Amino acid sequence: MLRDSTKCQQTRSVNLAAAVYYPLALLSLGAQDSTPRVLVWGGDAEGGAPFVEADPANPAHVRGFDVEVADRIARGLGRRGARFLQVQWSNIDQSVERGDFVLGLSGVEDTPARRARHAVTLPYFEFREVLAVRPEDRDRVHGLADLRGRRVATLGATIAYDLLLTARDSAGVIPVSYDDDVHPYADLVAGRVDAVLLDHIIAQRALRRRGGSGFTILAQPVAIGHYIGVLAHADSALRDSVDAVLREAMRDGSLEQIFRRWSVWDPSQLTLFDRVLRSNAMTPAAPATATQAVAYLPSLARAAAVTLLVSLLSMALAVVVGLALASGRLYGPVWLRVLTTVYIEVIRGTPLLLQLFVIYYGLAGVVRLPAFLAAVLALGLNYAAYEAEIYRGALEAVPRAQLEAARTLGFSEAQILRLVRGPQALRYALAPMTNDFVALLKDSALVSVITVVELTKETAIYATNIGSWVVPGVLCALVYLVMSLPLARLARRLEHRWGGRAA
Amino acid sequence: MTALLMIDGLRVRYEARDVLRALSLDVARGEIVALMGPSGVGKTTALRAVAALQPFDEGRIVVDGFALAPGPVLAESRLAPLRRRVGLVFQGHALFAHLTALDNVTLALRHVLGKTRREAEAVGEKLLTSLDVGARARAWPSQLSGGEAQRVAIARALAPDPALLLMDEPTAALDPARRSTLGSTLRRLCEQGRGLLVATHDAEFARANADRVVMLTTG
Repeated sequence: MLRDSTKCQQTRSVNLAAAVYYPLALLSLGAQDSTPRVLVWGGDAEGGAPFVEADPANPAHVRGFDVEVADRIARGLGRRGARFLQVQWSNIDQSVERGDFVLGLSGVEDTPARRARHAVTLPYFEFREVLAVRPEDRDRVHGLADLRGRRVATLGATIAYDLLLTARDSAGVIPVSYDDDVHPYADLVAGRVDAVLLDHIIAQRALRRRGGSGFTILAQPVAIGHYIGVLAHADSALRDSVDAVLREAMRDGSLEQIFRRWSVWDPSQLTLFDRVLRSNAMTPAAPATATQAVAYLPSLARAAAVTLLVSLLSMALAVVVGLALASGRLYGPVWLRVLTTVYIEVIRGTPLLLQLFVIYYGLAGVVRLPAFLAAVLALGLNYAAYEAEIYRGALEAVPRAQLEAARTLGFSEAQILRLVRGPQALRYALAPMTNDFVALLKDSALVSVITVVELTKETAIYATNIGSWVVPGVLCALVYLVMSLPLARLARRLEHRWGGRAA
Repeated sequence: MTALLMIDGLRVRYEARDVLRALSLDVARGEIVALMGPSGVGKTTALRAVAALQPFDEGRIVVDGFALAPGPVLAESRLAPLRRRVGLVFQGHALFAHLTALDNVTLALRHVLGKTRREAEAVGEKLLTSLDVGARARAWPSQLSGGEAQRVAIARALAPDPALLLMDEPTAALDPARRSTLGSTLRRLCEQGRGLLVATHDAEFARANADRVVMLTTG
């Protein structure tokens, strides 16, 4: 059915302008809302049920209460239907401003920054930020104040994360940011974190999936929040129409039916509906100010330090392991040569992201590595494979005649490596090593997937909070450049200085 | 009097082909022997076999009482007596590119023969001066001319004081003036009681400087 409407649309666009390129035609769906078109909305199916999930019966379709809310809005707007567009949850705001879709819906939270930057709908669901703890902590922990010095996990770039940042300063909790809402609970049960702060729907779902055991959800909520729909800033007229549809859906009970179908209905929704229907609009909260941006600078500096530290430690590990691998490959017995070759090819042939997941989550059953250590290990062991190949190439580049000359002078193999081959290979290897370090500096952004908040992640959080990538993006780029440019310079100078001698 | 170097019936095969067959020669102390023949006839192979850089299939090589037998090259640890007796000057000099001329000469003195840096440098400087490159002691190999690099390479090979010096095509990169200087240098070395085996295809140089010439022919 969705496919059909897309096809119709395509035909129409082609009729309008014969040369219109198909993807452009798709994008134009959202931009023109006067005619009865399909409502293109964006959400993250990775967030899963009950919000949005791929339909197990037909993975090409999505289902969930946000899907039904989107359908209800489309119907209310007189559209021919709603078409779902997959977008990463943390990018919904940016995508809607880009015009990828007109409406973002997927447990999108009502925040001052979002209200200031985009056109947001009225709140259609009230959620509670709840704490989950291990059963043995149930009687000891009643709120964030009882978690001083403890690690509390949540999804990054959310109200919950902001609550944790505030609690870091006021109550001394240690916030741990995740990219998804499943692993925080897995790590809570595993003992990697001591509590999880997230929306009650997410907490209840996680508990259901674990068969009701492993952790408990505290009854007293830490805060109350609302889900809203988000539209591009310029789309405020359409937003008003969407609000009218939502009010209608609150009045005629269709919204309640949707929530009941997905078992997320509770009396607090009725209170919310009453409040929404009585007032014409929710009082918007104060928009984000410049002082909030300045307040982020220390976090950014801390994140830059994390990036640098992770990179330095990983590179040190990569150099040591890389040297061992290269020596094994060049000097070892056959079995060692085969083993090191297999290691190098497997590591270079698989994504670093996969290796990070395997070391952090995959090995969790055997050894529960702290996130920072897992990050250094994964990056270091990955880059070791590349370093090994650089060293092997550099060692092989030392002219054979020099090695033979050393042999005729009576040096042992070890002495030849230490006094003749190694020092010259080091000169050949230095420039590519420096390049690799610059690459590693940037690849270290990947470790945010295992909860290490480094520069890029912190920038993304910052950008989400203030609702713009411009200032955070430029700041972040500058910090990376400040770290990498001196290295590139150093590499050039060393190459220049040693170029003549090693020729 | 027994020869310093004795090669008897040397045969080297490579991929079922004879690279060298039935080579026999000897070199006495104080003697310069030129090993001659056209390119590709196995002159370098013969020198490499004597320096134990290359296995051989038949025959016998004896250097000052140390015998090499056919079969794989011995482990480096068992070759120590040979290494002290034989020096080899490569055709391309093969100087260590990351070390100065002086450090090239002193490296083996310090790390193989266990001399202190001061002792080694005294020997090295004396050697370089005797070969007329004392002024270039602090230069990098890439800064040396062909003739200078060759003399540094000779100094490096002589540093451990070997009785037998092997040289591969020493005149290849030299102009005529340098060639006669090299000739007198070699003469001086053998007057110190060394034996020299010089592989060359330069008939004029061989005639002018060698005590004996051994011709290698193909087949």
